[in-house]
Amino acid sequence: MSTESEARLEILTRIARAGARADPSFRRAPVTPGARAREVVVEQFAEFAAEYRASVTRVDAADVARAVAELLARRGSVRVVVPSDLPDDLLGALPALRDEGLDTAALDRMQAVVTTCAVAVAETGTVVLDHGPGQGRRALTLVPDHHVCVIRESQVVDGVPEAVASLRGSVLAGRPLTWISGPSATSDIELSRVEGVHGPRVLDLVLVRDV
Amino acid sequence: MSAGGIRPARTFQKAAKVTLANAQMRRNLRHATTTIREKRLRAVAELPDWEALRGEGADLKDFAMANLGDLLLDLEAAVTSRGGQVHWARDAEEAREIVARIATSHGAREVIKVKSISTDEIELNAALERHGVHAVETDLAELIVQLAEDRPSHILVPAIHRNRAEIRDLFRRRLGAELLTDDPKALAEAARVYLRGKFLTTKVAVSGANFAVAESGTVCVVESEGNGRMCVTMPDVLVTVMGIEKVLPTWQDVAVFLRLLPRSSTAERMNPYTSFWSGVREGDGPREFHLVLLDGGRTEVLADEVGRQTLRCIRCSACLNVCPVYERAGGHAYGSVYPGPIGAILTPQLLHLEDANANTLPWASSLCGACYDACPVRIDIPEVLLYLRGRINEEKPLNAEAVAFRSAAWVMSEPHRFEGAIKLARTGQGPLVRDGAIHALPGLLGGWTDSRDLPAFPRQSFREWWRTRPAPTERPDDGNAGLGEGELLAPEREDTR
Repeated sequence: MSTESEARLEILTRIARAGARADPSFRRAPVTPGARAREVVVEQFAEFAAEYRASVTRVDAADVARAVAELLARRGSVRVVVPSDLPDDLLGALPALRDEGLDTAALDRMQAVVTTCAVAVAETGTVVLDHGPGQGRRALTLVPDHHVCVIRESQVVDGVPEAVASLRGSVLAGRPLTWISGPSATSDIELSRVEGVHGPRVLDLVLVRDV
Repeated sequence: MSAGGIRPARTFQKAAKVTLANAQMRRNLRHATTTIREKRLRAVAELPDWEALRGEGADLKDFAMANLGDLLLDLEAAVTSRGGQVHWARDAEEAREIVARIATSHGAREVIKVKSISTDEIELNAALERHGVHAVETDLAELIVQLAEDRPSHILVPAIHRNRAEIRDLFRRRLGAELLTDDPKALAEAARVYLRGKFLTTKVAVSGANFAVAESGTVCVVESEGNGRMCVTMPDVLVTVMGIEKVLPTWQDVAVFLRLLPRSSTAERMNPYTSFWSGVREGDGPREFHLVLLDGGRTEVLADEVGRQTLRCIRCSACLNVCPVYERAGGHAYGSVYPGPIGAILTPQLLHLEDANANTLPWASSLCGACYDACPVRIDIPEVLLYLRGRINEEKPLNAEAVAFRSAAWVMSEPHRFEGAIKLARTGQGPLVRDGAIHALPGLLGGWTDSRDLPAFPRQSFREWWRTRPAPTERPDDGNAGLGEGELLAPEREDTR
């Protein structure tokens, strides 16, 4: 037997001998969807995301492409990359490179990335990518310094438990997830928060009315 | 080189004498912990039922610990089915060897690391160095500790003992950074510039894990800076070292801890970035993923009915931030990568209660209970501290202290013996008393007065006073008749004389 399989057997044996028994009355708390009105939930998401120094732009569906273009222009982001399957209506006539497996050096030359998301959470002001359609691989939303993320209002849920429940399918399908709450930050120096370390230093959220 | 490990080089009492003399460090710590304490209370108050959530967290962890064997096997099966490889390590040395073997098999001379206490626990960096592999810490605080050749002093903010000016000087010296100010923003930028190239070109990364989901083989890293995302996404090979107690049964269980952890640790509603991944994914992230499951004394903690709750810990550091002992003595006094109240119970247990220095840690507490109140998974730290003190003392042979306590028990079990002893002490204390207090007791008793004064025995004891006071006369009926026993609690009134 190799050392590692010996180790495996020994650890499992020690655990069995430890004799920790489960409380038979253990029950998980059920996931209950929030009872608050949709408008309140969306409003809180926008407020909390902004508190984490993400910008939030609220638009009608017809105005998404214009809002995206304005946000890119405002930051001077010219070299823009997008997932290969990003819906066309988010970009309009904007020139952007579609990611077909760019290498790291090429990706590093990109100034901004535009994606959609899987779900957004009002309780925390968080956007979650499951890297499905419109969201690209993980590196795409990590290396460029400016991330523009388009969220439909119907994707905003009230609490973290609902968000986790809604992502179950993605997780079981083996997809990675990235939970994003504002731009990268650190509290490592005297516990005071500084925005902008290794992840994108600018996070712009476009919140689209669709309900 | 950030020295780590969990074996204290000396007793807490000796180490604390040194750290207490560092006024700068105490100022830095007091500033940081005071700030975070207030913020945490606000973050916690925002959720409708924090107490219920703490209960859920504790119950879930207990359930996971009761099913640990099955959950680890499920986790192994799920990670393997998604293209990852799972390794088992009984102790620190096995874990180090596994990581070193993987790194060297890819010809790596350098690996990037995302902050991980479990890798500090096993002293991975030094082991990699011996194999010719340099580990680059990418978390800002870990980088500060590494560049300063210092030790981490806090779970969440390992460089909490350093202030901005010290960090600026360090970056100037070690990174050659041209820093004009000590503004944290400029310091963070210097770290970004230094690490950027490493993120984009290093082939092997090492991480820890905050949670791992058994049913889906999903591993989770909770972070702020994006260095975690970089490490788990950009390299070809990812090695994650995880204590076996980090496993959760189902995906939905993650929700409870994503609510408990950020609010308890950085006092935020949510930390900036959380990454989840399951094995390897074609065209996205590392092509090779290794998960190292570390026992390192945990199964022994699991076997202890009282100590077991220690394994619920999610490494939030809330207990450090509220602890009066930690705030003054600082993390280095604990001599372990697990400082503070949680370290005082975790470190000695991971060392099987066999390390004489670590065995002094359960006394590094005033038992005020603030840690228990702050703990998001309701670890009754004071209970475990007392329990460990008992176990450690049981194993000591009969000593002067034990003899003294036995004599004290004999004296105190009979009122006349006790009174006799008091009279004796009153007479005997004469030469020791100055300004109403005893500052230094002779001989073995001196241990008590090393760090505190003993009030002098008063001229008259309560019992003596009680015997000499005039007996109360019958009270006239004041309308409160019929109150029964409660009357005895009424304060003595002059007008009843």
